[in-house]
Amino acid sequence: MIGFVRNLIRYKDLFVELVKKDIKLKYRHSYIGVLWSMLNPLLMMVVITIVFEALFRREIEHFPVYVLTGRVLYMFFAEATNAALDSIQANAQLIRKVYVPRYIFPTTRVFSAFITNMAAIVPVVGTMLVLGMKFSFYNLLVVIPLLLVLFISVGVGLMLATFAVFFRDMKHLYSVLLTIIMYMTPIFYPESIVPERYLPLMELNPLFPVVRMVRDTVMHNTMPDAGDLMLSAGYTVLFLVVGAIVFYRNQNRFIHYV
Amino acid sequence: MNALEVRNVSMEYKMPSEKITSLKEMFIKRLKRQVRYKTLRALDNVSFEVKKGEVFGIIGLNGAGKSTLLKIVAGILKPTSGEVIRRGTIAPLIELGAGFNGQLSGLENIFLNGLLLGYSKKFLQEKLDEIIEFSELGEFIHMPLKNYSSGMRARLGFSIATCVQPDLLIVDEVLAVGDIKFREKCENRIQSMIASGTSVVLVSHSVSQIQKLCRRVLWLEKGRVRGIGETGAILPNYEKSSKTS
Repeated sequence: MIGFVRNLIRYKDLFVELVKKDIKLKYRHSYIGVLWSMLNPLLMMVVITIVFEALFRREIEHFPVYVLTGRVLYMFFAEATNAALDSIQANAQLIRKVYVPRYIFPTTRVFSAFITNMAAIVPVVGTMLVLGMKFSFYNLLVVIPLLLVLFISVGVGLMLATFAVFFRDMKHLYSVLLTIIMYMTPIFYPESIVPERYLPLMELNPLFPVVRMVRDTVMHNTMPDAGDLMLSAGYTVLFLVVGAIVFYRNQNRFIHYV
Repeated sequence: MNALEVRNVSMEYKMPSEKITSLKEMFIKRLKRQVRYKTLRALDNVSFEVKKGEVFGIIGLNGAGKSTLLKIVAGILKPTSGEVIRRGTIAPLIELGAGFNGQLSGLENIFLNGLLLGYSKKFLQEKLDEIIEFSELGEFIHMPLKNYSSGMRARLGFSIATCVQPDLLIVDEVLAVGDIKFREKCENRIQSMIASGTSVVLVSHSVSQIQKLCRRVLWLEKGRVRGIGETGAILPNYEKSSKTS
């Protein structure tokens, strides 16, 4: 544990630089660069709103913001965990050549996905302004669910990165899993259409309580629900601990498989 | 005081008789109990130490385990058993330019590669001019790395790796970097490091190079220590043995 902290301090500059490199490479040779991270969710929101608003207008107030918050959160999770899954393979060259703490590869990718996706705060605020929604101090509490989902993604990413080294099938399997998670997350439908008895099943999805808390703070101007907070904090600890254990147990074998 | 101690290090590779890369295959093979492993001992109980300021050579034929040993010393590989104690900073010249990215400019790559070697950003900023000057890249430093020649890449890699005064330098093979002029410059830099107290672990096929530089050598054969001691005592036997085999 002491070794871990010392390593983290020694390699903190590398951590920052790898996050920067990821972001830089993502937007290199693109004309509007980081604007895509704002435009993309906005365009998706327009599409989904056109298709589904008529259907759910009565249940959901401020439908565009509802879609936007759900969509951005899911997109971050999908992008971050997918990038982490590939991270060991993609850095095979490095793993064979130099000593760097291995966990740096999946975690930096999660963090860079977090930063680029947070650019979507701009369109969220913009849409809220256009719809004339109320702003309040509670909006700032959105950092709580955002940090929770960040660390859930780190834990899941560590696990996926490990599995993907030993089984190439993981990538394909996970794309199916992500689709399930997407439909289990109320992005464009109201929670109320889920029958009561299936609700516990929905709560197995770690994104479920997080999305609810984001909407509580941003759209309903309230504190995050205590039950949601407990549940998602539980998921965070669970995924971080399991992810770290799985990763650390296997990291010395990576080099023989990449 | 020893700069490096390697104690009873063994490295085993478990080699499945066939490679299993998918879940499905693994389940089926496990059920049928068809997963067989062969153990390959790349290193068998190797011990040695390098004193401070000493130039230590490792010799052996291809496949003797020299590169594996270097990687273990550098911390890239974890040995199956045994331990490695390193005192002070290490600069591995095993693979130059690790993590170079073709899309980024030479300058950006200096930071990326330097950080991967464990230097801090502040340190790299201080050394930046020196690195660029030593690599003789001049204006080209702002060009994307994909447009560099292989010599330019190697020069940049060497300049970054040797911008510190490490306590232990790990050198693999002859550093065939760039043209004769630059190679001389590299050798001079290593010589000046040795002169100022850096210990060196050098792996080479070239007997004459080992003879010129090292005081003590380790002779590896098929992963085992065949001999260790003064260069003068080991080298003649090594040469005799490699000629007869």
